[in-house]
Amino acid sequence: MIVRISGEGQYRLDDADAQKLNELENGVVAVVEGGSEDGFKDALARLLDYARTHGTPLADDELEASDVILPPADISFEEAGREFTGEGLIPD
Amino acid sequence: MAGLTGRMSTVVKAKVSKLLDKAEDPGETLDYSYQKQVEQLQNVKKGIADVVTAKKRLQMQESSLQQSVVKLDTQARQALAAGNEQLAKAALERKNVAQTELQGLDTQVAELEDQQQKLTDSEQKLRAKIEAFRTKKEVIKAQYSAAEAQVRISEAATGVGEQMADVGLAMQRAVDKTENMRARADAVQELEAAGTFDDVTQLGGGEDDIDRQLKQLSSAPAVEDELAKMKAELGGGAAAPQISAPGPAGADAPPAGADPSEAGQAGESGGQA
Repeated sequence: MIVRISGEGQYRLDDADAQKLNELENGVVAVVEGGSEDGFKDALARLLDYARTHGTPLADDELEASDVILPPADISFEEAGREFTGEGLIPD
Repeated sequence: MAGLTGRMSTVVKAKVSKLLDKAEDPGETLDYSYQKQVEQLQNVKKGIADVVTAKKRLQMQESSLQQSVVKLDTQARQALAAGNEQLAKAALERKNVAQTELQGLDTQVAELEDQQQKLTDSEQKLRAKIEAFRTKKEVIKAQYSAAEAQVRISEAATGVGEQMADVGLAMQRAVDKTENMRARADAVQELEAAGTFDDVTQLGGGEDDIDRQLKQLSSAPAVEDELAKMKAELGGGAAAPQISAPGPAGADAPPAGADPSEAGQAGESGGQA
């Protein structure tokens, strides 16, 4: 599975990581939908760190399309509110 | 998949298929997409240049504000030493406003620095992908039948297209931020044009409009605190009587330690307050 962190780059992750990634993303969505900024940065950082630590960076010259595109690390709470909707990152 | 992920993927796929639909012949499609990619790379470079220009403008304002802070501080000390507390207070109020603006600019310059770094990284990635695409297109043209080539082009073009869309997003966010900063830079410039940071020794006897506004802008306790601190400092030394009073009596002798350029500035910026 190829995951892109927007503004950062692509990572190759094991397909088995998809479920954990989806859980973490749901966590971010829940915080955003809750309407309170508390915990937003932490939840986002956990999601992105998971991709960074469990993935291997793709070489710059690899021409692979991503299966998942994650928001940029510096996305603001307001921006996230506009971008996320209630559905999870990865389709069932 | 309707979150950010879904939206971005949809946008990328739409862009890529639009690109591929333009030409019938796969070989032509390849050359066309490559040409488009190179054009896009140029746009990215222009975008980075814009961010650098915005940053330079803020940095120039920063250094000019820093000079004002030093100048106004010196003038406050001079005025206080000469027993003109009113004038010292006016200088400190101006210094206070300049410092507040300076802090805001600091944050923004750091933010732009960050944006610039990210865009430069993205640009390098995009360039590497475009180069890989160029190599790959020659291979595809030489080795595959038209039908097969179509599939492989689509894969390769999506890889580049996604990076392109990502740079596009980063660029858009940088532009939005730069716009916000432009508003701040303009506000600082307006304050400068209004003479907010000008030489206080040029003030007449009466309080002018700027001073009234400044009193509202700058937080009074901070000014009072600093004034008290300066008084204490000056009270400790015996040098005070040697410093001549600026203003009607003539501000010809800057105290020891004052920037020599201040004297020149004092003469030039008259009549604005």
